[in-house]
Amino acid sequence: MEIENLDRIVREHPFFAGLDEAFCRLVSGCAQNVRFDAGQFLCHEGAATDRFYLIRKGRVALQFTAPGRGAMTFQTVGEGEIVGVSWLIPPYHWTHDAKALDLVRAIAMDATCLRDKCEADHDLGYELMKRFVPALVQRLQATRLQILDVYGTPA
Amino acid sequence: MTPAADPMLPRVARVRARRRESPDVFTLEIAPDGPGAGAFAAGQFNMLTAFGVGEVPISLSGDPGDPSRLIHTIRAVGSVSGALGRLKKGDMIGLRGPFGRGWPMEAAAGCDVVLVAGGVALAPLRPALYRLLAERERYGNVTLLYGARSPDDILFRRELETLRRRLDVDIEVTVDHAVSEWHGHVGVVTTLIPRAAIDPPNTVAFICGPEVMTRFTIMALREAGVADEAIYLAMERNMKCAVGFCGRCQFGGDFVCRDGPVFPYARVRSILALKEI
Repeated sequence: MEIENLDRIVREHPFFAGLDEAFCRLVSGCAQNVRFDAGQFLCHEGAATDRFYLIRKGRVALQFTAPGRGAMTFQTVGEGEIVGVSWLIPPYHWTHDAKALDLVRAIAMDATCLRDKCEADHDLGYELMKRFVPALVQRLQATRLQILDVYGTPA
Repeated sequence: MTPAADPMLPRVARVRARRRESPDVFTLEIAPDGPGAGAFAAGQFNMLTAFGVGEVPISLSGDPGDPSRLIHTIRAVGSVSGALGRLKKGDMIGLRGPFGRGWPMEAAAGCDVVLVAGGVALAPLRPALYRLLAERERYGNVTLLYGARSPDDILFRRELETLRRRLDVDIEVTVDHAVSEWHGHVGVVTTLIPRAAIDPPNTVAFICGPEVMTRFTIMALREAGVADEAIYLAMERNMKCAVGFCGRCQFGGDFVCRDGPVFPYARVRSILALKEI
């Protein structure tokens, strides 16, 4: 029952929209339902990326902390989006903190489990890449805009 | 042509009030200099003169339904805008206008309307928002997506907070950078587009912001399924005469002052990213 529910939840998450039934079952085998109260951290910079998150409800602030400046949020992520891409790339360490801004419900995906399944079935790996690459490109574009500081005072 | 009708001749008006909006942005309320002198269309601009310093084009940021007040929201970035920022209640100011083609309120009737604004460019879009809200029944979902540099730079913050309490308009604000006290969205304004409650095939979009932001916004709207023909944008160019004489603001075959500042995207799409223009 638990697995059937997870299977449905994973299938209904926008990130996995259109994913083949068989792949969905494979992915669900690495999934776990999790919740975080406001203020709790989903991950910390430098820690091993043993999972990534599909956000179902609530908002998460992605942050860096710098000495003397405290926590600085560079992006907020909400329902239907993902937290964590560094599980894809060695050395598999989180590159930022992620803090729940309100009650967050999410699916935690076991990164090692999923990497192993992708290695064993490259078609599954390709399906996942087709979902991660657009998310990465979107973040790259957003980062470019942030770097350009387009609302700043013209020189 | 009588002197009064000469579009190149500034009329003399008086500053009625000045308000600070953010560290470098202020709003001037100018008393219209005669009956009917305060009428304008959403998206139009006036040429404002700081006497002895110079003249600059400034969009009207007030309510087109209230011609008793001419409102301009200005960022102090140069000598003229800086001088305008030092004007006080009762001071004289030169005024020409209103000029240009504004937002296509009629073309948007019956559709969902999404307004996307960045930085101080929320000001030229605010009159369109007033019109949409004044004739709310004529439009589908109305959404404002606004991006600012930081929480301190959010324009018209109180007004936006008040509007967010309405049930018939969606207002989403995001900032590019924030410290941890800010609990709103962080990220560029384009990240709000996929979350907006719009029906893309039936949506008209108005964009106003720095040109780079405008181009990224167009990409995101197209990705969401909004048609090119339903996207309108305000162009920024160095406008001088405001009536298409001097050619300073020529943009392809158009003059931004006369044929814009609001353009259908489909009309400028082929030249929007050309460096030579």
